Amino acid sequence: MGNERILEVKNLVVHYLTARGPLPAVNDVSFSIEKGRIVGVVGESGSGKTTLALAILRQLPRLTRIYKGSVMFHGIDLVKLSEKEMNEIRWKKISYVPQAALNALNPTIKIIDHFIETGNAHGINDKKLIVEKAVEIMKMLNLEPERVLYGYPHELSGGMKQRVLIALSMIFEPELLILDEPTTALDLLTQRLILDLIKDLHRRTHMTVMFITHDIATIADIADDVIVMYAGKLMEKGDVFTVFKNPHHPYTKALMSSIPDLTGDINKMRSIPGSLPDLINPPSGCIFHPRCPYAFEKCKREEPPAVEIKPGHVVSCWLYSKQ
Amino acid sequence: MLDTPIIEVRDLKVYFPVKKGIFGRTYYVKAVDGVSFEIPEEGIFTLVGESGCGKTTVGRTIVGVVKPTAGKILYKGKDTSKLSKEEYLEYRRNVQIVHQDPYSALNPTKTVFQSLAAPLKRWGIAKSRNELREKVSELLELVGLNPPGEFINKYPHQLSGGQRQRVVIARAISVNPDVIVADEPITMIDVSLRIGILDLLLKLKEEVGTSYLFITHDFGAARYFSAKGGGSIAVMYLGKIVEVAAAEEVIQNPLHPYTKALISSVPVADPELSRKRKPLKLKSLDIPSPLNPPSGCKFHTRCPYSTDICSKVEPELKEVSPGHYVACHLYQG
Ligand SMILES: Nc1ncnc2c1ncn2[C@@H]1O[C@H](COP(=O)(O)OP(=O)(O)OP(=O)(O)O)[C@@H](O)[C@H]1O
Ligand SMILES: Nc1ncnc2c1ncn2[C@@H]1O[C@H](COP(=O)(O)OP(=O)(O)O)[C@@H](O)[C@H]1O
Ligand code: SF4
Ligand code: SF4
Ligand SMILES: [Mg+2]
Ligand SMILES: [Mg+2]
Repeated sequence: MGNERILEVKNLVVHYLTARGPLPAVNDVSFSIEKGRIVGVVGESGSGKTTLALAILRQLPRLTRIYKGSVMFHGIDLVKLSEKEMNEIRWKKISYVPQAALNALNPTIKIIDHFIETGNAHGINDKKLIVEKAVEIMKMLNLEPERVLYGYPHELSGGMKQRVLIALSMIFEPELLILDEPTTALDLLTQRLILDLIKDLHRRTHMTVMFITHDIATIADIADDVIVMYAGKLMEKGDVFTVFKNPHHPYTKALMSSIPDLTGDINKMRSIPGSLPDLINPPSGCIFHPRCPYAFEKCKREEPPAVEIKPGHVVSCWLYSKQ
Repeated sequence: MLDTPIIEVRDLKVYFPVKKGIFGRTYYVKAVDGVSFEIPEEGIFTLVGESGCGKTTVGRTIVGVVKPTAGKILYKGKDTSKLSKEEYLEYRRNVQIVHQDPYSALNPTKTVFQSLAAPLKRWGIAKSRNELREKVSELLELVGLNPPGEFINKYPHQLSGGQRQRVVIARAISVNPDVIVADEPITMIDVSLRIGILDLLLKLKEEVGTSYLFITHDFGAARYFSAKGGGSIAVMYLGKIVEVAAAEEVIQNPLHPYTKALISSVPVADPELSRKRKPLKLKSLDIPSPLNPPSGCKFHTRCPYSTDICSKVEPELKEVSPGHYVACHLYQG
């Protein structure tokens, strides 16, 4: 590979400050994203996917701390930037389409004004330029610009709104686009359309995408690389073909056999025993150990390090550590 | 084979009145528009389809909380609109529903014990405090909340989504129903725990002979539950069943263009396979309004194979191979 890394997250720790105590929603996560790849981030609800995205963008809610770690973007640590400097990065260089964003559009203004306002907010006042760009992206996303631009949000279906949001996030041709559960609230056929359009867009623009979802089959469909998260931890990372064909981490294995899809052997599917840990009082050692069929003594005592078992393939599990 | 099905749905129609326009004219949402099927004794019947196609309405009609506009629901061979008072109570107790949302299904101010004891008292299944505790513990064990002592005095907010859904299921089975309508029972549950809930329902089928109407928009879940339990899958579109067959037959050999489009669109958890699949493309993604559904075949506005006849004549649900029924002119022979 040896491709340019556009983002490098190192030892990132994010705590929410709650009444019961600090909640480590992202806990010592490190990975890098190579230019031009679609990186899927998969994990169950509460595994820290959204928090990870918000931390990269520095859009965390107020009662949150980044305790440790760095987010290097072109050699600059985003964690250390001032708010003003960060504003130059957001949307222009790294843009984000939040989870459940379908209601984020302002119902009282036309779609075209959403584009103009977004442009203005980032210092671009040339209306004609913004509209031209909007039309270009909307065409790529299979939206009829004439009809959609001059309509109001309520006139659009869920799938159209999602595409408008993606288009909005792309007007500055960001280097990295982060999509948080962009297909989750949509009907099956609309999900398919959105996935195909994102692939198509990626083929044409080669932009880098971080695609967050709880659905492992969606990752198999769209991503080049996959990051598997569990309870705030990165469990495994690698290219999708390797990880899906030969998952190494016990959690990845268990997650994959817990998905009832249309092609697998139904007699081999099983749920993961136990339930998700309480992040405020997490289990000792490996956070997955109470549910792990391979757990041994050491797993209860010590946290496993993330080990690169092959170039680009990272696993956080004592079974693969030589220490 | 001539056993009376536990539930028979015959040409069911459910229309909801809605007022529209300045003169307040009443229109009807045809939520269910002529649906027939059977749930065999100790069997599984699964309804799949996109949001708004009428699945929940069918389920709510079967449990008796929505009245049919036309057509019949038969429970153990008897028309449920013609039952005596005792028979009616018996039917309502025996046909229970489990809803999608385990978060709102339980009263947040009641402990697990209180939530489960209420129906036991109401139906006179257990009376004394001791009897109630024993029965509630049994139920908790049955739904995999072990040891019961650890859960019995907890409040809903102290339970995970999966644990709550188990309590909801325990409550539904507490009155020993014959039939459970399970409406999207795993949609709000964490992915790693979903199969566990389905396995629990399957276990109850084995152990106490429960029959199911399973409602889902997820073909993977439909396949898992129905195929494992030897049941069938029906695909609904705008208030109608367009295809029905044994579970794996529908999944591996879909015939109706709508079913084909849906199934070929589902991502599969295999990167090579998922990328090779060629989804069937429809003419439009818009689901027509159930207030004013298209003439003839209701799918003709989206179907890539539609011909002249499709907008004029409504195709009937016909058996095209043993046990495989399809409502489409392509197969009317
Ligand atoms: N009480 C009601 N009054 C008016 N319309 C209703 C009522 N209940 C349902 N409908 C309408 O009937 C149609 C079928 O609804 P239903 O809830 O049965 O769909 P569903 O298949 O369960 O959908 P979902 O997958 O979203 O749960 C929809 O158009 C819905 O808006
Ligand atoms: N604003 C917040 N305050 C306190 N805890 C939060 C907040 N947002 C998220 N959390 C907690 O952080 C953890 C990770 O959440 P999130 O990043 O949203 O996960 P995901 O996107 O993977 O579902 C969860 O335990 C969640 O309850
Ligand atoms: S470190 Fe131990 S408990 Fe954790 S996943 Fe590996 S084997 Fe299982
Ligand atoms: S009847 Fe016609 S429109 Fe309807 S599904 Fe068949 S081919 Fe398509
Ligand atoms: Mg999230
Ligand atoms: Mg429903």
